[in-house]
Amino acid sequence: MSVEISFTLCLVFILLIPTAVAGLSLINVGLGPSRSAAHFMTSSLCVVAVSLLIYFAFGGAISQGLYSTPLMALTEPKSPLQPSGIFFHAMPWATVAALPALLMLASVAICSVIPLGAAGVRWRASSASLSTVLLAGFIFPIFFRLIATQYLASGFPRLPGTLDAGGSGFINVTGGLTALSITWLLGPRHGKYSLSGIPAAIPAHNAVYVLFGCMLTWVGWLGLNSAGAMLYAGSGAENSALVIINTTLSAAAAALAAAAVTRIRYRRPDASLIANGWMAGLVASSAGCATFKPTIAIIVGLVAGTLVVFSAEWFELRLRVDDPCGSVSVHAVCGLWGLLAVGIFAGIPGQFMAQIVGIATLLGFIFPMTYGLNWLLNKFSPYRVSPDGERQGLDLHELGADAYPEFVIHSDEFLQR
Amino acid sequence: MKLGGFLLLLSGWGIVVTALVLLHRRTVPAFILAGVAVEILGLVLVLRAHLPAPKGKG
Repeated sequence: MSVEISFTLCLVFILLIPTAVAGLSLINVGLGPSRSAAHFMTSSLCVVAVSLLIYFAFGGAISQGLYSTPLMALTEPKSPLQPSGIFFHAMPWATVAALPALLMLASVAICSVIPLGAAGVRWRASSASLSTVLLAGFIFPIFFRLIATQYLASGFPRLPGTLDAGGSGFINVTGGLTALSITWLLGPRHGKYSLSGIPAAIPAHNAVYVLFGCMLTWVGWLGLNSAGAMLYAGSGAENSALVIINTTLSAAAAALAAAAVTRIRYRRPDASLIANGWMAGLVASSAGCATFKPTIAIIVGLVAGTLVVFSAEWFELRLRVDDPCGSVSVHAVCGLWGLLAVGIFAGIPGQFMAQIVGIATLLGFIFPMTYGLNWLLNKFSPYRVSPDGERQGLDLHELGADAYPEFVIHSDEFLQR
Repeated sequence: MKLGGFLLLLSGWGIVVTALVLLHRRTVPAFILAGVAVEILGLVLVLRAHLPAPKGKG
């Protein structure tokens, strides 16, 4: 295909990505309590805005570095990515080299919404915005610089770089590990665990939002994976149909796997875990969306859908991590599975070790960094709202108005006293 | 224990990066796996450190 057609197609794919941000936000709102619905959505908008501005200001300069590093496909060799500097001041916006910058801006917006799902209901909006400065300004760009530009592989020429076309690692695992760090720093919601450590089942306030959010996220993920495959995995525009079918099949298989596992374990299929299964399939498909065969994508999805159910249960029951939206299981655990699956199934010599290097960097460098930075920030600007604010609901406490002022809002009558 | 866990995570990554940069390519995979093993130990420590202490019912 000509460069013009590839450019147009890639631009259309990138334009789809904001629906993934909307979908993720809607899932978070639906899985949270009605008393914090407006706060969830407002926080999502705020963190997206902060992430875009911070990444534009200096995150982009960190991720692209001070030297030219072609990102493949569209930008190589015709138009190598130039160092853009702070505020992207050297970016040639009228060329094809601007596409990776647009994709990165959209990617960082998705990454910034992920921690809200795990930490919402008890996380101040101002603290969430400050934490996003760390995520979008340092953590996300540094990992992208290390892995997506194949910086780590440069010392070992026979080792290919970590393959992560749609961002299983640099978007999802980065966001998921940040979510886990913040959840630990915040502690569980009031009344979530009894004195003996038995968790209370706090129901989602609107399952329709959650399931509609999954459908919106699907559309966005098709754009994310397709654009990522073209710009980061060297996949041609003619390969887009394969990327789209892989993404869709993986999500479908994962949702059905989650439905089957919850049906067997709890006697009824669980709507929120099926939604998590759908999301897990999308996340796991991202890394290898351009390299898998469709049958492999189904296997990856089946494993992801099964994994997310057990992982969510393990985090909640065994580790006492209170993650209302399952963000850690969906994004961190299934993102890691997506990275590993590329090493297992891609059939590229040396790719398995390359994926292990990517995973080792996420766990051994990004996780301590995101925990340490958030721990430090929490010392200066406490993340958690007051117990009264939590009982009242963050809508009234932080925004002064409910999301549903004309309806009866439920209190915590389902919690253990 | 928490700090020890995070230090082990960083040490494991250090082993991986050092192996990539310094070692001969035949020995690199073994050192990468060794680094990951150290990271897994660190991860287990971090997870255990975050488990709340058991409380009595009284």
